[in-house]
Amino acid sequence: MTAPMLASGPHTHTRFTVSRTMLTVSVALAPATLFGLYQFGWPAIFLFLVTVISAWVFEVACLWIAGKPIGPFARDGSAILTGWLVAMTLPPYAPWWVGMLGAGIAIIIAKHMFGGLGQNLFNPAMVARAMLLVALPVHMTTWVPPVGILDGPDIWQALAITFAGSQEYDVVSSASTLSHMKSQLGAGATMSEIMPGLADLEARMIGLVPGSLGETSTGLLLLGGLLLVGMRIITPVIPLAVLGTIAGLAALTSFVAPDRYAPPILHLTAGSTMLCAFFIATDYVTSPVTAAGKLIYGVAIGALVFVIRTWGAFPEGVAFAVLLMNACTPLIETYVRPRVFGRTRTGKPLPVKKSKSPRGEKK
Amino acid sequence: MTLPSIASLLRPSQYFTVRGGVHPETRKNLSSESAIEDMPIPSLLRIPLQQHIGAEAEPMVKRDDHVLKGQLIGKARGPVSANIHAPTSGRVIAVGHFAAPHPSALPVPTITIRPDGEDTWGPRLPRLRPENATPEEIAAQVAEAGIVGMGGATFPAAVKLNLRARYDLHTLVINGAECEPYLTCDDRLMRERAEDIYDGIGIMARALGVRQIVVAIESNKPQAIAAMQQFDRALGIPSRVQVVPTQYPMGSEKHLVKTITGRETPARALTADLGVVVHNAGTAHAVHLAVRYGEPLISRVVTVSGRGVKRPANVRVLIGTPVAEVLEHCGGLVEDPDRLLLGGPMMGQPIQNRRVPVVKGTSGILALTAAETPDRDTMPCIRCGRCAQGCPVGLTPFELNARIQSGDLEGAVKIGLLDCLTCGCCSFACPSNIPLVQTIHYAKGKLAEEEGRRHQQEEAKRLAAARKAREEAAAEAKRQMMAKRKAEMAAKKKREAEAAARAASAETPPDQAPTSQPQTAQAESTRDGGATQ
Repeated sequence: MTAPMLASGPHTHTRFTVSRTMLTVSVALAPATLFGLYQFGWPAIFLFLVTVISAWVFEVACLWIAGKPIGPFARDGSAILTGWLVAMTLPPYAPWWVGMLGAGIAIIIAKHMFGGLGQNLFNPAMVARAMLLVALPVHMTTWVPPVGILDGPDIWQALAITFAGSQEYDVVSSASTLSHMKSQLGAGATMSEIMPGLADLEARMIGLVPGSLGETSTGLLLLGGLLLVGMRIITPVIPLAVLGTIAGLAALTSFVAPDRYAPPILHLTAGSTMLCAFFIATDYVTSPVTAAGKLIYGVAIGALVFVIRTWGAFPEGVAFAVLLMNACTPLIETYVRPRVFGRTRTGKPLPVKKSKSPRGEKK
Repeated sequence: MTLPSIASLLRPSQYFTVRGGVHPETRKNLSSESAIEDMPIPSLLRIPLQQHIGAEAEPMVKRDDHVLKGQLIGKARGPVSANIHAPTSGRVIAVGHFAAPHPSALPVPTITIRPDGEDTWGPRLPRLRPENATPEEIAAQVAEAGIVGMGGATFPAAVKLNLRARYDLHTLVINGAECEPYLTCDDRLMRERAEDIYDGIGIMARALGVRQIVVAIESNKPQAIAAMQQFDRALGIPSRVQVVPTQYPMGSEKHLVKTITGRETPARALTADLGVVVHNAGTAHAVHLAVRYGEPLISRVVTVSGRGVKRPANVRVLIGTPVAEVLEHCGGLVEDPDRLLLGGPMMGQPIQNRRVPVVKGTSGILALTAAETPDRDTMPCIRCGRCAQGCPVGLTPFELNARIQSGDLEGAVKIGLLDCLTCGCCSFACPSNIPLVQTIHYAKGKLAEEEGRRHQQEEAKRLAAARKAREEAAAEAKRQMMAKRKAEMAAKKKREAEAAARAASAETPPDQAPTSQPQTAQAESTRDGGATQ
């Protein structure tokens, strides 16, 4: 008779695993990413590969230094996903070291210094994005128009752009929707004057506008986000709260002063709103766990994004909004907890009514 | 497939499930179509004296006794305990210890019987006509028959039937949810013995004095629902079948009551506080047999399932039958199972020793292959929140886990450790495969241990204080006695001295000497009288 290993129940298990979750998120991100890579051509592909691969290499290196088992952690896909998200936020023609630096900040500083998978307080990709934006304002805001892989630089030119910092390829530098709007509004123009100069809704939905490597196609990101909700990887609370708050505040302000504030639809389809709502703000590790906590978190992110975009110094505020709310997550967790069965919100047992003798066994 | 009726649309409990919960693959089809079969008498029966919650039964037989089927071999001890009867006739070959049907396999007091194969009934319990019997008589009969909750909790059923004295009861809920995957014993029993079960339900309802009966069955058992729906009253008490959603842990007593009545049982209270008592469908069948036929609880239906079993089946097994023989009856094992369980896969207990017996609370014997119980590496918590979403109690298991791991048991209690049902939803749902329930079990055990130690310390302190008080009282009494004696001695000496002086000073007639005696006696009696007043 063999002695089967004694394990605690339950003896059946859901099919969801960490790596499966990461894989599903990657699949959901893929359409928008592939389209972005196609639109921005070879330099974007090189930059993407550099970022993702260096993220994975940094992960392995950190695991090795920390003396953690490399096998299971290197295969869980979380580092690749982090690198992927960092790459999504980079300008497509940025040199290779920007991608590597971003991956390094995300994996080494934001993730492993806090203790690795599941321990980080801040969203690694957003830490990388915020640090790069502050440290390298020029590199991080040089946008190029999406011309498609066939009409853009060829492989050799692309290698020169990404790895040699070549300026030879003549690229028409252009502004993203939000930065264009910001500078025009700052110059005193009214929204009605600015709107014709902006890409139309259709272009923003498909992703025919200048912007980061993977966050320009609002439609495909929304599709991926809905896939995540449908696959039950994320609950719809945070996306709805973020999008609803941004849209609500934009609707309010643009209703009061239509000339000075952008309409809600512009806020929802420009910049990285969709990426933030479905892929960044919903990061498990750095967001609250309970539904009520998620609601507070999502609403606050939406409000901060709107405030930074409208009145702040930066045209886009997703990274800062998410980081600020990441810092609030432990606080939200402490105060917003689910009600326990049979107890009131304060933790007292529900009152007992109707019983023949109050001197029963109950306490 | 029929369309739902308007009435069913108006019954929200069919659509609104318990908060949290999970949907494991039920895999009930392995055994749900096998009719209940009787297993032949095994070669040996090992009957533990503790098969219920409460005090262990007291053995009534000794080695080499010949017992008859249904004979009382273990007598209930104390208010919460249960009788144990011989499942068949035979010879008692040992009254000693044997491995418990528990992961620990620790030896527990066990009576071992070698059946003689005759299966001769001894005198049965007197039959009762429930229509004329008083609630107390019914409860006494159920207690006599040694019936315990057959869903797995094994709480003595008679204790629950006597709740009437203390609570204002109005509803009897029959738990036919059977939410654990694989298990089909209640399903089959309801399909095949609906009438008997209804009779048992009626008897229990009379004992409880309730006004209505609700039979709760999960929606994945349409045949059982149809079979039970043939009856709309039990012993004259109106009854209805309520279909509840298929969701684990629907069969949890408090959650079932919440689903049916919409009312939440307060923490640390009983469903009886809401006027509701929950009994299992299998218990109803046992009550029927006990009251109508005077048969004690000596067998039960067990689901033998899992892909490791050659012929999954529902078998009526005598209490005490070794697990190995039940498996053999079902064609043996296809392969060496990865885990051998007693009970369902969510809350069942793994066993190592296959000779352990089936007891009153054994609802299933599952031989799970490696494919059925994926065993993966544990990863760190990624705070995905699936455990909190799945928790039917509204706890945050990942936080409990973190606090327990860091040794902060008090912090864990503060966020609801003691409210945990240990249903296993969190561990089931965890993508990192963290053994959350195991950690919680550990913490509960640790707390109980600490509680026990504290209790012991307090008790020791109390006893020491009592002893000290006693000793002081004794010393005080001694001191008083000494003082009294001293006083008496002094008085005596004085008297003697006086007498001597008198004798010395004058010629005293000898008859005067005793006069001092009654005087002192009188003085003493007045002093006594003063003390008692």
